[in-house]
Amino acid sequence: MDYSQFLAMKQEIGLLIVFLLVFLYDTFFSKKAQGALPVVTCVVFALYTLFGFICPCVKESATAFGGMYFTSPVLVAIKNILNVGALIVMIQAVNWADTDFIKVRRGEFYELMLLTLFGMYLMMSSNHFLVFVIGLETASLPLAAMVAFNKNHFESHEAAVKYLLTAVFSSAIMLMGLSLVYATAGTLYYDGIFIAMIYSDINVMVVVALAFVMAGFGFKLSLVPFHLWTADVYQGAPTPVTSYLSVISKGSAAFAFLVVLTQAFGFLYADAWEWMLYALIILTITVGNLFAMRQRNMKRFLAFSSISQAGYIMLAIVGLNEMGVSALMFYVLVYIFSNLAAFGVIGSIEHAAGKVDMDDYNGLYKTNPRLAVTMMLAMFSLAGIPPFAGFFSKFFVFTSALSGPGTGAALYVLVLIALINTIISLYYYLLVVKAMFINDSETPIATFRSTFAQRLGMWVCTAGILGLGIVSYFYDYLLTVVE
Amino acid sequence: MDITLIYYLVPSLVMFCCGVYGFLTRRNMIAMLISLELMLNAVDINFVVFNRYLFPGTMEGMMFTLFGIAIAAAETALAIAIIINLFRVSKNIDVRAVTEMKF
Repeated sequence: MDYSQFLAMKQEIGLLIVFLLVFLYDTFFSKKAQGALPVVTCVVFALYTLFGFICPCVKESATAFGGMYFTSPVLVAIKNILNVGALIVMIQAVNWADTDFIKVRRGEFYELMLLTLFGMYLMMSSNHFLVFVIGLETASLPLAAMVAFNKNHFESHEAAVKYLLTAVFSSAIMLMGLSLVYATAGTLYYDGIFIAMIYSDINVMVVVALAFVMAGFGFKLSLVPFHLWTADVYQGAPTPVTSYLSVISKGSAAFAFLVVLTQAFGFLYADAWEWMLYALIILTITVGNLFAMRQRNMKRFLAFSSISQAGYIMLAIVGLNEMGVSALMFYVLVYIFSNLAAFGVIGSIEHAAGKVDMDDYNGLYKTNPRLAVTMMLAMFSLAGIPPFAGFFSKFFVFTSALSGPGTGAALYVLVLIALINTIISLYYYLLVVKAMFINDSETPIATFRSTFAQRLGMWVCTAGILGLGIVSYFYDYLLTVVE
Repeated sequence: MDITLIYYLVPSLVMFCCGVYGFLTRRNMIAMLISLELMLNAVDINFVVFNRYLFPGTMEGMMFTLFGIAIAAAETALAIAIIINLFRVSKNIDVRAVTEMKF
């Protein structure tokens, strides 16, 4: 066996080392030292994230385990992006992890989170459906345990049951599709499937399999006909878990979807999957927007907002070009900052006042102006208002969708519908801003000072929202990496 | 009589469809879990049979099945743990009772 192949998976090994350090700390250190565990985890993970940026990692694509594992500069970049997001979630979770009932199990929370991140790594950089499925399950099963983390809350368990049953149902459907792919291609390597399909005619069985696989991904990404679990799970789960689910899990699934569609099913079946994708995108964006309008609970509201954002992320896949890949990564990066800023505000208000309804936010600007401004920036970025990052991510996604090889009238209609939906989405994002700045309230949330960790998380997110919007370096960098 | 591919595929398909039907109609969470197990096992049968009949020289499908069984076991363990916790909180595992959050 050639041990040098492990050098290709530096990031996975680094993440496992972080996990083991946290695990050993959790197991062997005294009860007194346990209090520092969240901070220690954040520091170690921050060092690891830095290592991902500065280490002379993979300069060109490499494979390991007989070609089952694949890595390239693009994958290193998307993993770094997810690391940044996971780091922010960890920082925001520090205070939540110190509350009663959670305190005794805070180590488990961070360990499970690192494990799910490892699963997402595998899922994205697999070149074989076996590794992909293992990564997918490693990513989604611990997440169910994390959703059920508030042991004494009924909602938490309800959310966990809904999440787990739908996740397993969807992966069973996806596995059925994969078995049909195996029957036609005789192999489960992405490139093997690609080659096998080139040398055969269009096969109806593959189209059916494609529909099954897309349904499975639809559940993970909460695209519309498969989105029914999303709002309940987001509402019931503890806020840090919700933010993790909504950005990291979704971003990695979107990238894995892109890899599977382009590398395994390839361009031969592009006709089949593009139409399915068009329908999914239109439904996702529209239904997500329409349902977001009537939500009063902020977590449910952001759940539907994230459903419609998933539709925009899918638009990057439609273009089938290099720009689409970089637009997808940029969108995920911007989405991480904007959504985590919103969840940071929600989390700190929930921590201090225990309120999560939109009506509770009335008059927030008068009592907590900084939180209100952070929330406003997040909403503007999610809605796509120009100086902020969200505008550019949407702009690049639309451009990449229209600059693909097969531009037809249908594509223009698709992008037009997406554009109209951005305008609709302005309405409900601005509802939150209106509640905070204009509406008066008899009982506003009392003035409070967020803890250091919460402020740190929100500062990083705000810097990201402003910085990514103004500095063009990041997108250029992603584009050069892809090329 | 030759036992051909179709003799395995039809039962597997029936199993899969029973699983889907059971998942959608059953109201007891344990029964829903059993239905999910049926679906996953149908997939396992598919993989083994395709490997045995269509690509007899290789082992890929069988290996996939081994991992699939392990994953199904992990998922069942986790689901039962969560359902037991839910039962402790609400004394009920009927999905119709788990409707605190809606729309």
